[in-house]
Amino acid sequence: MTALATVTSARSAVTVHRRLIAATVFVVFGLIDILVFGLFAHKGDATFALALPTSPVHVPSIHAPAAPVSYILGAASILIGVARATIDEPAWAKRLSIGAVLLFFVISLLCWADTGAWANDIPVNVVSLLQNTLTASIPLILGALAGCMGERSGVINIAIEGQLLLGAFTAAVVASAVGVLWLGLIGGSLAGGLVGLVLALFAIRWLVDQIILGVVLNVLISGLTGYLYDRLLVPKANTYNNASTFSAIKIPGLGSIPILGPIFFDSTIFLYITYAAIIAVQVGLFRTRWGLRVRAVGEHPTAADTVGIKVNGIRYGNLIMGGMLAGIGGAYLTIGSVGTFSKDMSSGLGYIALAAMIFGRWSPLGATAAALLFGFTEALQSFMGSITVPISPFLLGTLPYVATIIAVAGLVGKVRAPAADGKPYVRA
Amino acid sequence: MSDDVSGPPPAPGQGSSPGPAQPGPDSPGTSTGAAVTTGPPADGSTGAPKGQGVNRIIIDAVTQGSPAVVTALAIFAALFVGGLLIAFSDPTVLHAWASFFSDPGAAISAAWDSVAAAYSALFEGAIFNPHTIAAAFHGGSVGAIFYPLSQTASQATPLVLTGLSVALAFRAGLFNIGAASQWIGGAIVATYLGFAVSLPLVIHAIVCLIGGFAGGAVLGWLVGELKARTGAHEVIVTIMLNYVMYNFLSYLLGTPTALQLPHQSNLISPTIASSAQLPHVGGPPPQVGVGFLVALAAAGGMWWLLARSTTGFQFRTVGANPSAARTAGMSVGRTWVLAMLLAGGLAGLSGAVTTQGTFYSLNFQSYGTYGIDGITVALLGRAKPLGVVLAALLFGALDAGSTIMQATTSVPVDITEVIQGLIVLFVAAPPLIRAVFRLRQARATGMEAVAKGWNG
Repeated sequence: MTALATVTSARSAVTVHRRLIAATVFVVFGLIDILVFGLFAHKGDATFALALPTSPVHVPSIHAPAAPVSYILGAASILIGVARATIDEPAWAKRLSIGAVLLFFVISLLCWADTGAWANDIPVNVVSLLQNTLTASIPLILGALAGCMGERSGVINIAIEGQLLLGAFTAAVVASAVGVLWLGLIGGSLAGGLVGLVLALFAIRWLVDQIILGVVLNVLISGLTGYLYDRLLVPKANTYNNASTFSAIKIPGLGSIPILGPIFFDSTIFLYITYAAIIAVQVGLFRTRWGLRVRAVGEHPTAADTVGIKVNGIRYGNLIMGGMLAGIGGAYLTIGSVGTFSKDMSSGLGYIALAAMIFGRWSPLGATAAALLFGFTEALQSFMGSITVPISPFLLGTLPYVATIIAVAGLVGKVRAPAADGKPYVRA
Repeated sequence: MSDDVSGPPPAPGQGSSPGPAQPGPDSPGTSTGAAVTTGPPADGSTGAPKGQGVNRIIIDAVTQGSPAVVTALAIFAALFVGGLLIAFSDPTVLHAWASFFSDPGAAISAAWDSVAAAYSALFEGAIFNPHTIAAAFHGGSVGAIFYPLSQTASQATPLVLTGLSVALAFRAGLFNIGAASQWIGGAIVATYLGFAVSLPLVIHAIVCLIGGFAGGAVLGWLVGELKARTGAHEVIVTIMLNYVMYNFLSYLLGTPTALQLPHQSNLISPTIASSAQLPHVGGPPPQVGVGFLVALAAAGGMWWLLARSTTGFQFRTVGANPSAARTAGMSVGRTWVLAMLLAGGLAGLSGAVTTQGTFYSLNFQSYGTYGIDGITVALLGRAKPLGVVLAALLFGALDAGSTIMQATTSVPVDITEVIQGLIVLFVAAPPLIRAVFRLRQARATGMEAVAKGWNG
């Protein structure tokens, strides 16, 4: 009886503890909105443009008085924090409140930044900011989906970074040498799948520790692409490292919608592939027979084996398919954006995709949301750089990572991986 | 917990007979037992079957693939694959192979020549160059003979320390991917103390080293504390901290009021005072840096900690089986915190030693890739102090030699990254090496399951 009471009180103590942490974080954000962005805002209105400068359709811009907006949004954040501390909210309200506080913070930040003398009355172009967010998120989303596919079936994939890098390399080389962009895309995808296959072989067949394996594969691919870059691509750059890039396809009808059209429906094939991949993985994992099997294999492989599911077959398949998605994400880095390969050009995006997957609790939609958050920070960083805001872009750049640490440390509740994640299955 | 903090860092008192001189359990050749699944720490010969001749033991070690044999075969296999890569990316070799069926001999000899030239340049840059001996007989410098070895030691120094950092965390069942961030933490503190504070000669350098250790230890402590209190997985926290610290370093080096050298647009700190620089010892030019000795002392200190102290026993027990450790009354959380604190300190020391002993100022060239390389070094060294030192020397030799190799044969230095990755991949997969070299049955080598899944 007493033991039971102790357990219950300990559990509620943890919940209260977590609730207080979350509330404190919200209140701190609200105070920053008011005390930093509100008090230090210059007089005048921040302008939010809702159409690209080249847009034929005229959409009126929004003019927001900077200081009052920051005060109101800051007060709202504090209220949300107080509510979080006092009321036992349902899960959707918790998530909504995190989103609202972050959004308010960003709006206050932009108000402050855009009224400063440094901004020279350049408006905040919301459309271009969100466009850049989506394109910056493409490799992150595809990488995070690759992670989901592997980990839902019980294999940890830290080699996303390597899959992106090899995908980028192969896409650039194939597209340059053959001269057909589509073949570059397919080549990049296959390269990612190859890394997935190697990962599967070592993890499933030779039972190598999966976290170690991922890190080592990343080192290996970084070395391999760097070596081939210096040895082959630099001497013959015109033949092997001179790809063109996919151009934007405007979807008829949808692409002409003001504001939303240019953001979502006027981009390269990569963005549309990403949409399709998100839907396919989400629906596949949670609404199909295949998805049920995958999740069974990831949670309880012995039980899955007992009912006749081929545990390791599913794992091989998922790692290869996931790798192919990540490979497309890598191909985006070269033939979707700059056309040429450079050393270590994935620059840690694979690790961020991994974080997005964990942040999004191993769910494709959650991972997508987290990846968009990281992508937005990157777009915001480059916008702030373009109007020379006196905040170091590097300090701004630490924000998504700090947010992830806070998130995994309990702000979004206990994150739980698939039960058999990382454990090789050997039939007894 | 302050009483724990002051104890185990690499004790200066250990410095008289450090690292490699230590016999026994940490030699990869003798312990066939487990790195992580603890055993009697003092008994080096636990794995050897009793009552059999020495020959039998050696034959068993070779045919069954003892850790040392697997490691040697892995290095051989990695060099072989690296050789293929060198040969078949060489234009002259490819040209010769185009006419393979008319002249196979020429094709094979072209490939051989290409690889031999590259690897001998590598060897001459890392170990010794026969020309320097010939020159010494004709009145040249004797010291020049040892120049390549001193380069190897210099390259190995930061790797020893980050390798020890990752290895120490491994032994407590933690995977420290954050050696890079802890390296930055240590380097920032050591550099700042180095140019902003003025102190007497020896004391200044020691203060900077301690500051570097503390700078890394704070970051390691944070990771351990978060894991112990909230269950945040150390892999994800350390990866994130790497980016946080990388951005933070960029900020500091780009801000004149912080760490940037005044009137500079490059990201570089001021040069540290000469009193804070680590001297080189050992006579005329090719010398051993004090930093290398610090690294060896740290390895000795870690050996003592793991093999001889109660704290080390707790580390290994928690690493082998946290539930059993908890049942036995050990505080698993506190052990994690302490292990990460020490691991962070070792990586921070690496940052301090690199700044104080090699570059004398902090910039992104000195940052290098020591964090990630520390992981490969720790894996190759099987998370044991002596193993880490040897692995770091091997990787240091590859790094030192590759520079010469690129200069003389224009084979890019990146090949060493490939070789290093392959070595660790093969070492981590003993069943693969056994299959390739047709060795007999598998026996636990202690590499299995050092890191656990996200939920563990």
